Amino acid sequence: MEHVGKIFMPGDVLSNLQASQKSGKVVLGPGLKCDNDSVFVNKPGVLKHKEPNFYWIDSHQKKYVPTRGEHVLGVVTNRMGDVYRVDIRGSEPASLSFLSFEGATKRNRPDIKIGDLVYGKLLCANKDIEPEMVCIDSTGRSNGMGVISCNGGFMFTCSLNHIRKILSPQFNLLKTLGNSLPFEVAVGMNGRIWVKGRSIKETIAIVNGLNSVEYMDTNEIKVMCRKLLDTLAGF
Amino acid sequence: MRDNPLSICEREFILAAVEIQKRIDGREPYDLRKIKITFGLDYGCCHVELGKTRVMAQVSCEIAAPKQTRLNEGTMFINVELSPMAAPQFETRSQDLNTEITRLLERSIKNSRCVDLESLCIMAGEKVWELRVDVHVLNHEGNILDCANIAAIAALAHFRRPDVTVCGEEITVHPADERDPVPLSILHMPLCVTFAFFHNGKCLILDPNEREERVMDGKMVVSMNKHREICTLQISGQMLLEKDQIFRCTNMAVKKVIVLTELIQLSLENDSNARAAGEKFGFAESVETNEITTEYKEESEVDMSDIDDQVVMATQNGNSEDGSIEELELDMETKVTIMFEGTGMIGQGGANTWDMDEDMESDLTEHKQKPQANSRSATIAKHIGGDLSGESEEEDTVMLQQEDIGLQSKPIISSEEPTGNEIDLTAALAKPRGKKKKSKHKH
Repeated sequence: MEHVGKIFMPGDVLSNLQASQKSGKVVLGPGLKCDNDSVFVNKPGVLKHKEPNFYWIDSHQKKYVPTRGEHVLGVVTNRMGDVYRVDIRGSEPASLSFLSFEGATKRNRPDIKIGDLVYGKLLCANKDIEPEMVCIDSTGRSNGMGVISCNGGFMFTCSLNHIRKILSPQFNLLKTLGNSLPFEVAVGMNGRIWVKGRSIKETIAIVNGLNSVEYMDTNEIKVMCRKLLDTLAGF
Repeated sequence: MRDNPLSICEREFILAAVEIQKRIDGREPYDLRKIKITFGLDYGCCHVELGKTRVMAQVSCEIAAPKQTRLNEGTMFINVELSPMAAPQFETRSQDLNTEITRLLERSIKNSRCVDLESLCIMAGEKVWELRVDVHVLNHEGNILDCANIAAIAALAHFRRPDVTVCGEEITVHPADERDPVPLSILHMPLCVTFAFFHNGKCLILDPNEREERVMDGKMVVSMNKHREICTLQISGQMLLEKDQIFRCTNMAVKKVIVLTELIQLSLENDSNARAAGEKFGFAESVETNEITTEYKEESEVDMSDIDDQVVMATQNGNSEDGSIEELELDMETKVTIMFEGTGMIGQGGANTWDMDEDMESDLTEHKQKPQANSRSATIAKHIGGDLSGESEEEDTVMLQQEDIGLQSKPIISSEEPTGNEIDLTAALAKPRGKKKKSKHKH
């Protein structure tokens, strides 16, 4: 596909999409829409393609649309009986049952306050009902999810495409930075990142590092990390 | 729409950081964010960016009757608009904030009598100029007031009103092509500086951002001009301040005000030079092309003065382990920004690198298989998006049959195909409309 990797604007029409050989189908992801037999672009961005027949537009976006199975970072905003209301930056808050934590029972409730951060997975996301979040996997283990204790960590937000970039396997920032500056990090697909370094100033440095790499390539990231470490060390 | 809630984690971190004189964005406690002032094509139109907070002010004027109490003075009206575009929560409960900002702007600009209203009198008791300053908040990232004040005063200084001649009872308003419009007489420039207080007034920072505003105990707004005259001073919130601290703040404020006044004057000068020289000016000219203009990150300066031995060790190890780092040139030095005419600017955006990563590109090409001819017989089933539905609230994945979209039966790339982003519209136009129906969304 010669279109792949090119920039498209809303309203552009795509043709000549490559269908799967077996089923003869084309799968359109975010940013593409089929209307009156034509495929339209409805977000500005870069056309991406995955074999055999997946197409989508990768765009700069800040609004989060909940999607099933994604890991998100939420802020507990309210408590109603057995469920917590969790802000996940979607159009409406997600619900989180107090039973969906590792080892939680009716007697043994998790200790969650309003304003706490929770890292969990979206169990369902549908445009007609509110999203539901869980902090356990299908085997009942926490698997890294749960309440994030807040001593010393900081949470900030960034755009969704930046989050995808940070999580992509080719992206080396977390590793490069972590080589010399140990830190904990939780990245939510809803555009929130929580980091905790060894001290407040290290955390601030990491936050700035993560924030500044949105438009950098691999080499620039290395240079940036080096500069960051130099400044941190006081050179 | 709901507010973006503040988590305990952010609150505690900001409080702890402020206590050791650090801020999230790498600023020192008494630093302002980067400021950029641009003027529009029209006189009296000014756009100010303070970090990511953006405010636009527009001054307009018309002839009206004076107030009964002040028959020989023009009038000035300040209007502040907080639209949901600035922040989603402004849709509903922004009344208090709106009133507060309007009132403080009035006190700072109107009550300080920085605009010579008497010069706006055309005929005493009958006709005067009525100035109107519309302040639109375009993005809320904290400290709207300071930004709005800069925008309003710069717009007033930039504004030109039509010239008027009075002959007996007859008033003639000259259009711009007949006589040059005349500037207002601005006697001084009052500018607001906001201080936020934490830990019961023990710690203070200047120019709080949105998160810091949510955490602060209270704030103090000082409006001053560069002649060290205080035009307005307001303290709000729940904390007690000592006399010394207020002195300290006002001394600090005057330094900032002098810098800001110079910046405004420089921007005004650039703009008027550009206009006089017949060069291009206005917002469109100040936008840097081929650069990312929104959401850019300034190079953060993390000043870490005390050396942590462990970190030094780690840095050295890190460098020697990865030899390639040392070979990289430090080519990231801050580039000198060419200032556009009519623009005073501090800070810059980065070059646009928003494109496919080379790695990712090669990845895709590797996976690319040679497409083969598909026969239409494979497309009998008319089934759309069945199995992938329900995964996302909006961004449905849609499955198309080939014939749904008029795919060519041979999707092999041929050299006659339009290249790049030229898109073949003919196929779409040729199809009779309305033949196809069918909703793509599952439920």
